[in-house]
Amino acid sequence: MQESDIKISEEISTKEIRSKRKPGDIFFENLTLLFALLLIGLVLFIAIEIYGDSAESIEHFGFSFIFSSDWNPVTEKFGALAFIYGTIVSSILALLISLPVSIGVAVFLSEIVHKSVRTPVSFLVEILAAIPSIIYGFWGIYVLAPFMASTVQPALSSLFGFLPLFQGPIFGTGMLTASLILAIMITPIISSITRDVLKAIPVSQREAAYALGATRWEAIKMALLNARSGILGGAVLGLGRAIGETMAVTMVIGNKAQIKASLFEPAYSMASVIANEFAEASGSLHISSLIEIGLLLFGVTFIVNTFARILIYSVTRKT
Amino acid sequence: MENDTIITDTIDDSEDIHDSGKHDTADTKTALRTINLSVKFFDKLAIKNINIRVKKNNVAAIIGPSGCGKSTFLRSINLMHDLTPGAKVYGDIYVHNEHITDNNVVDLRKKVGMVFQKPNPFPTMSIYDNVAAGLKLNGIRNKSLFDETVEKNLTYTGLWDEVKDRLKSPAISLSGGQQQRLCIARTIAVKPEIILMDEPTSALDPVSTSKIEELIINFKKHYTIIIVTHNMQQAGRISDYTAFFYLGKLVEYSRTRRLFTNPREKLTEEYVTGKFG
Amino acid sequence: MELTEKKFKMPGNIRRRKLVNSVMIILCVIAGIITILPLLYIFFYTTKSGITSLNLDFFINMPKPVGEEGGGMANAIVGSIILIGIGSLIGIPVGVMSGIYISEYSKNITAFIIKFVTDILSGIPSIIIGIFAYGLIVINMQRFSALAGGFALGILMIPTITKVTEEMLKLVPQSIREASLALGVSRWKTVLRIALTTASSGIITGILLAIARAAGETAPLLFTAFGNSFWQTEIDQPIAALPLQIFAYAISPYEDWHRQAWAGAFVLILLVFVINLIVRFVTRNKFSGNQ
Repeated sequence: MQESDIKISEEISTKEIRSKRKPGDIFFENLTLLFALLLIGLVLFIAIEIYGDSAESIEHFGFSFIFSSDWNPVTEKFGALAFIYGTIVSSILALLISLPVSIGVAVFLSEIVHKSVRTPVSFLVEILAAIPSIIYGFWGIYVLAPFMASTVQPALSSLFGFLPLFQGPIFGTGMLTASLILAIMITPIISSITRDVLKAIPVSQREAAYALGATRWEAIKMALLNARSGILGGAVLGLGRAIGETMAVTMVIGNKAQIKASLFEPAYSMASVIANEFAEASGSLHISSLIEIGLLLFGVTFIVNTFARILIYSVTRKT
Repeated sequence: MENDTIITDTIDDSEDIHDSGKHDTADTKTALRTINLSVKFFDKLAIKNINIRVKKNNVAAIIGPSGCGKSTFLRSINLMHDLTPGAKVYGDIYVHNEHITDNNVVDLRKKVGMVFQKPNPFPTMSIYDNVAAGLKLNGIRNKSLFDETVEKNLTYTGLWDEVKDRLKSPAISLSGGQQQRLCIARTIAVKPEIILMDEPTSALDPVSTSKIEELIINFKKHYTIIIVTHNMQQAGRISDYTAFFYLGKLVEYSRTRRLFTNPREKLTEEYVTGKFG
Repeated sequence: MELTEKKFKMPGNIRRRKLVNSVMIILCVIAGIITILPLLYIFFYTTKSGITSLNLDFFINMPKPVGEEGGGMANAIVGSIILIGIGSLIGIPVGVMSGIYISEYSKNITAFIIKFVTDILSGIPSIIIGIFAYGLIVINMQRFSALAGGFALGILMIPTITKVTEEMLKLVPQSIREASLALGVSRWKTVLRIALTTASSGIITGILLAIARAAGETAPLLFTAFGNSFWQTEIDQPIAALPLQIFAYAISPYEDWHRQAWAGAFVLILLVFVINLIVRFVTRNKFSGNQ
């Protein structure tokens, strides 16, 4: 007998049932819906508000705002290039330092160690993600920067001094130190996403690899390759965090709006200039320009985060 | 099998259950009626045009191989499919001569209680609070009524002596069989007229099972019971009528004695004699 | 031995593969070590530098003017508590209610959209939330205020709380909800009094996590709460906050202020550590309870 042969009566109308719901039910469901919509509205509102507040600067400078590195509150000339440069270089450098380490930790925690080690170590890595950035910055000024000045930078300069990247005066603070702090801060994010996507790869795949005589690393490598878009998502998410990070960077990057090849030189980031100048900004064009930097930051992190989430969903949603 | 869409709800030689094919509003003996009840999950028909009538103060058992739609049928009676994504219910259901859409779902479920396959006491509540939950959550605030309800229903389900000294301890500290009897006490505390039971003993040991079977037989005085079971002996022991479901259809609905000894349908006979299923 | 080795002599590439295997696994172990090294360093350094300056004065005294030794951060601690209080009034209802909506009422697509927006919100740099609060509240009130700072912290708390609420409600077995509905309990009471209560310990830990994060946020407070070196508890006035005070003291040239800043940092780290420990403990119980 075919299913299509069966004649079915009229549906017991869910509409009818729903219309007979108690007022409390209708009220509560709509109340939670209202809050959920509030959440969406909030994000839209943030975008609109920041766009609106940067209108003056956008009108005044147009595209030259992002192509000029002239930032002078006295003459009211504002161009964000130096900050954009500082943010991009420090974040990408941080990602390059952090990514191999993060993948290593993720593999270490999910594939290598016994549970008795995994639990405390993963707890510590979680804590690392929860430490306020002000403390990273504080530690950066008084511990990391002196260490960079006394040990790391002289060593780099003597080994790779022929590269413009590692030339110039040694202050301790500067682009390289900022990148290093950022790398420490984003490692927990990237490694936890990597662990999540590795978990989403079925164990049977690894077992199959072992059955074919693969070594442990080869099996792990296969899992990593299968999870690569998710890991990339984690990396991009970490990049987004690094781009928006404010306090720690502000405290160690040197806060000098310049574009220099050397990583030892002080630099300035988009978030840092907002943090440093906003409260004391005089003149609406100055404030508007700072908010436009915020708008750029918002736009970039929005794109980066959306991209990251799509990549992560693509792996974790399959299971 | 070809005429299954017009199978009447019961084909019994004895007297009082017959089907006129229409809903008779003056009928006071019937607790539950379904007319052409079908349920779809997304595009798949899970049960097809089920017509059943259950008399008041009777126990009706539903048997059939797993996946035949027994639970789907049961859960459509108190509109539990409401929560299931993609589920749609078709046809008509009458509970004590009222169409189920005549009242709201909440009132329907007060009249039609349900006991589930796995004991599911509220994990954050004590034994006492579990029994009183139905009253408390429906807005009653009467301590002495709670005390009375808890003692009466726990006594009724044979738990009182076992738990009276630790009413305030968490319900999940009880054994599986005790938890299930607690769930039954919780169900009858809201004074339902019909109790739906979805394989209530399948997760329990034989001793707990026999205690619950005893309860069900006693319950007939006060309630109408519809029980899904995968255990044919159980159906034979406790029910007055038995329905045999197969592939989402009602194959036969007869007096239990008859269904097991002299079934009308060949398929039923094959099933009850263990030829398949 | 020699015979077997001859018979089953490993081809060169297998030997290489084994070597690669060992090297890579050692590298992963090293990665594990260099990740937790900075943490331990920060933790011990902060403890060492902070604990000596941490005394009763720190909690009950006001900051002293430059040059005078001693003093504390009482105003900043109270300020932080007020800011977090305001933040919680915004973040907890919005977070919990939208979490309930996603878990209990939404269909697949709406759930996806709201979760996506939540993820986006959690990715917005906190300094931008500060600009938003500035534009919305500071500009309109014509002054920095605790209200603006608390508002910014509240927004930052929302995504964490939404996510945790949704995840914890998903862990509540459907059978528990069905049991309640089958008793004739209405849906909203089932959600609030059964599902939410069952998930409450997990949700509370999530709220604690959000509070711990908010307590350390500095950037969004710079031009909203602004900071205040005096005692101030009015919500329409600029207010001190622990992280702001730490920042101001940390970049100052005075040795005594640095010590106080370390003490403040120690308090923050301790808060984060304890809250995370509680969260660990509670969630572990949750999972073992489900087995």
